[in-house]
Amino acid sequence: MAAAAAGPGPGSGPGDSPEGPEAEAPERRRKAHGMLKLYYGLSEGETAGRPPGSDPLDPTDLNGAHFDPEVYLDKLRRECPLAQLMDSETDMVRQIRALDSDMQTLVYENYNKFISATDTIRKMKNDFRKMEDEMDRLATNMAVITDFSARISATLQDRHERITKLAGVHALLRKLQFLFELPSRLTQCVELGAYGQAVRYQGRARAVLQQYQHLPSFRAIQDDCQVITARLAQQLRQRFREGGSGAPEQAECVELLLALGEPAEELCAEFLAHARGRLEAELRSLEAELGPSPPAPDVLEFTDHGGSGFVGGLCQVASAYQELFAAQGPAGAEKLAAFTRELGGRYFALVERRLAQEQGSGDNSLLVRALDRFHRRLRAPGALLAAAGLAEAATEIVERVARERLGHHLQGLRAAFLGCLTDVRQALAAPRLAGKEGPGLAELLANVASSILSHIKASLAAVHLFTAKEVSFSNKPYFRGEFCSQGVREGLIVGFIRSMCQTAQSFCDSPGEKGGATPPALLLLLSRLCLDYETATISYILTLTDEQFLVQDQSPVTPVSTLCAEARETARRLLTHYVKVQGLVISQMLRKSVETRDWLSTLEPRNVRAVMKRVVEDTTAIDVQVGLLYEEGVRKAQSSDSSKRTFSVYSSSRQQGRYAPSYTPSAPMDTNLLSNIQKLFSERIDVFSPVEFNKVSVLTGIIKISLKTLLECVRLRTFGRFGLQQVQVDCHFLQLYLWRFVADEELVHLLLDEVVASAALRCPDPVPMEPSVVEVICERG
Amino acid sequence: MTVKGMGPHPPLMAFNPVFCLKLSSWARALTPQTAETDAIRFLVGTQSLKYDNQIHIIDFDDENNILNKNVLLHQVGEIWHISTSPADRGVLATCYNKPSDSKVLTCAAVWRMPKELEPGSHESPDDSSSTAHSLELLCHLDNTAHGSTACVMWEPTGDGKKVISLADNHILLWDLQESSGRAVLSSSASLEGKGQLKFTSGRWSPHHTGTQVATANDTTIRGWDTRSMSQIYCIENAHGQLVRDLDFNPNKQYYLASCGDDCKVRFWDTRSVTEPVKTLEEHSHWVWSIRYNHSHDQLVLTGSSDSRVILSNMVSISSEPFGHLVDDDDLSDQEERRPEEKSQEPPQDSVIATYEEHEDSVYAVDWSSADPWLFASLSYDGRLVINRVPRALKYHILL
Repeated sequence: MAAAAAGPGPGSGPGDSPEGPEAEAPERRRKAHGMLKLYYGLSEGETAGRPPGSDPLDPTDLNGAHFDPEVYLDKLRRECPLAQLMDSETDMVRQIRALDSDMQTLVYENYNKFISATDTIRKMKNDFRKMEDEMDRLATNMAVITDFSARISATLQDRHERITKLAGVHALLRKLQFLFELPSRLTQCVELGAYGQAVRYQGRARAVLQQYQHLPSFRAIQDDCQVITARLAQQLRQRFREGGSGAPEQAECVELLLALGEPAEELCAEFLAHARGRLEAELRSLEAELGPSPPAPDVLEFTDHGGSGFVGGLCQVASAYQELFAAQGPAGAEKLAAFTRELGGRYFALVERRLAQEQGSGDNSLLVRALDRFHRRLRAPGALLAAAGLAEAATEIVERVARERLGHHLQGLRAAFLGCLTDVRQALAAPRLAGKEGPGLAELLANVASSILSHIKASLAAVHLFTAKEVSFSNKPYFRGEFCSQGVREGLIVGFIRSMCQTAQSFCDSPGEKGGATPPALLLLLSRLCLDYETATISYILTLTDEQFLVQDQSPVTPVSTLCAEARETARRLLTHYVKVQGLVISQMLRKSVETRDWLSTLEPRNVRAVMKRVVEDTTAIDVQVGLLYEEGVRKAQSSDSSKRTFSVYSSSRQQGRYAPSYTPSAPMDTNLLSNIQKLFSERIDVFSPVEFNKVSVLTGIIKISLKTLLECVRLRTFGRFGLQQVQVDCHFLQLYLWRFVADEELVHLLLDEVVASAALRCPDPVPMEPSVVEVICERG
Repeated sequence: MTVKGMGPHPPLMAFNPVFCLKLSSWARALTPQTAETDAIRFLVGTQSLKYDNQIHIIDFDDENNILNKNVLLHQVGEIWHISTSPADRGVLATCYNKPSDSKVLTCAAVWRMPKELEPGSHESPDDSSSTAHSLELLCHLDNTAHGSTACVMWEPTGDGKKVISLADNHILLWDLQESSGRAVLSSSASLEGKGQLKFTSGRWSPHHTGTQVATANDTTIRGWDTRSMSQIYCIENAHGQLVRDLDFNPNKQYYLASCGDDCKVRFWDTRSVTEPVKTLEEHSHWVWSIRYNHSHDQLVLTGSSDSRVILSNMVSISSEPFGHLVDDDDLSDQEERRPEEKSQEPPQDSVIATYEEHEDSVYAVDWSSADPWLFASLSYDGRLVINRVPRALKYHILL
């Protein structure tokens, strides 16, 4: 330790302080501090300066508190060699010298401070002595003051008691004066109309009078007061009955009357009766607004009026009632609830009548706003009067109106659809009158489709107002769930699409099949419309709906596929019906032409009959018409020479084979052969078969129907030779022009073959015309 | 009621034809022998302009499953319509075209077939087809003044003395006087109206003691009272197009079925004719013939030029009530035991079967007068098909 204290020796080893020379100065200072602290008896345990490991109690520690020089010397003498002893002696001497000089420096440095401290202490001694004297004087003075004060108190004791008594008498007298003056004050108050003040006075005096009523004078006062109070009550009642002054004042009257101790039950009934009178007046004015004729204000104004007038009044009544008659308990609340229910019911009836008048109008926004106000208004009293169930009833009304609106919109859509159809009919009829070529069916279709779509969108938008966030009832469960899914999606959209399909289908079932009350073009157009709906529009509309009305309801909804299937079925039926109608038109032409002609005595054919040309013309027109709306469709591969095909087939072996019995003399025909040959024809022709959605299929259907009719008609007639030849010519002509319209030209061949064959059969003298001649005639036109 | 066909013949598939026969000529006319109630016999009239026409008498031996054919020569012309007397098994009437060069006129005549061909006298059953017999003319229904005869109807329940023929727009009631071989026109009525009105077909109602007749012209069905020869009812636009055939429900006196070119079959209540009771649309082309089963009027047979014959079960408008009471012990030995609930629920109107044996238009269908479960259909190419009501249905109706 001493070595450390002596500073860094030249031989300092690796165990030396790691701080090095820079750390030396603080180390030293700390040591000096430590010693000072030791001197003043402060513990140095915590001091960080002490090197670790040294025992503070070590008596050999030169710097320790318990240093024992004897032990130290002993230790040195025993442990150290002489040289080291000498070293430590010199070291010790050097250290002592250094300490002495340090001490001297300290004393010199602090000398002045010691001097001035001594002076100060001396001065303080003097001052204290002076202060002690003054304190003594103060103590004597205080004793004198205490003495005086005690004497004054004793003198004033008597008077104080008398004053207290006098003050009590004075208060009593003032009270008595108040009592004596009470009748006149009350009268004055009553006269001035300060009923509140009067009631307060009366209330203050009542108990006292009650207590002292055995004293005659008080009794007189009490009697007077009672008379006045009775008058007061009378006046209050009068005022109360007069009504006109409005609900708050009435409430005040009732409050005062209650304070006067009037029977609450009676007042309650009377209060309600008055309120009823007022509210009924409101209702009457509302009813007057309803009026028998339309000059009623618009529905928004009406509900505003009703809301502020009636509902506001009802609210006031209810809150006043609850304040005034809270003491009445459940019976009173029940009375109020019944009251509210009854009047509320009448109000609702009026509102519903008004809303019913609104059903016809197309404007939803006004209605929704009116409903919103109506509903919002009723929510406050609804909270106030939960028992009366006004809010529920209001919500019900709103729901009902919403449902009716949905129905109204559905009707509107239907009407729009029918309107579109009427327009189309007119458009279809008009150009025909003008003699123009076919109307732009595609345009008409586009018009109809877009008009319906815009109507649907408009309806959706209108109905959407009911679910707008800012509308107070839109968060009701009905509007969040059922309204969206069942009402809008199912009721309105699906309902409309269904009714559209039904309307379209009804054209198929119309009894006037013969007259063709429905223009065929309309059938075609509707069919295409339904098909378009099936392919795209339905899913579009439903997606739109689902997006607008985020359907949260879990109730089952009609899937898109079902609707599409319905639309497709409708389209198919319409198209089939179109085929039937058009086929019928041509059939009738052909039938008349076969039935009315005398085939036995006809002349040799020179021309194709005009009716056949007409048939071809009509078929071409139909082809054009269908082509406007439907795609071409697929045909069977055609033989290259189909247009050049002539009726030589009628003399071909096949035909001969089939009708062998007609030409061979053996009467019983070869059944085997015949059936074999018939197998060639075994493809059964389904005449009125359902058609596909393309032009070729439609035309094939029409031509099939027409030719089958021709066949059946021919079979009912008997032909002369030239009659047969005429049929041959006609059929060849048809052959020339009809093949191009059908999917499978073989079909036309087959049917026409049969027609000619049947004609040959119905001819007692069948001599067919030369095919070349037939061709010539046909080409000539 | 005779129920045949329960014998030892091989098990038939429900839709297999019992018998199929090809005539050698085209044919439109078919009738059962109305007066015959024991043997199954149909008459078919051929239609040929070039050869002698014939009436084929088809006898069907149900027990042995043998078809027997006799031929009667009908040399006066091709047969458009044929009907048999309800009283005399040997008497029949035909409407035929007289071959002529300039004009076609359909005449009608009443004939008697030779004694040996009357049922019950099978002397030469096998080779009879080769030997043609001749008909004995009883009388002509002289219609030269009235135009072409469309059909001849016998009084259904009478003694075979009264006949109605439809000639163009006239309805003629004849009295047959066998003794003098003459038919006397007892009364007549005619349709008046614009255009060329022409009767297409008619039926004599079996009800009302034979005083009602229904006729069809164009799209209209008319009812007539044979006593006064006046119109009783008129169904305008009964069909969208021409009405082809009619039949009366044999058990419900006001019910009438009709069919026509609009491919539809309609059922009417003649007391309220504004709307049909029921409409079927099963055929895909003109329906030419419709017949009620004589005993079980829910069975309705139709033939069409789509070459199909359809047997429908019109339970809802039949005279038999819904839901028969089923006696369980009666069912015990049948091959299929019907579940109880099946007879409880009201049966639906349905198509029982569609017969597609024909390859040409079917112009005539009719039930056998002897066996209520058997019917015949005739197509233009001369194919006659005899079919049977499916067995399951038969038991369902019977039990």
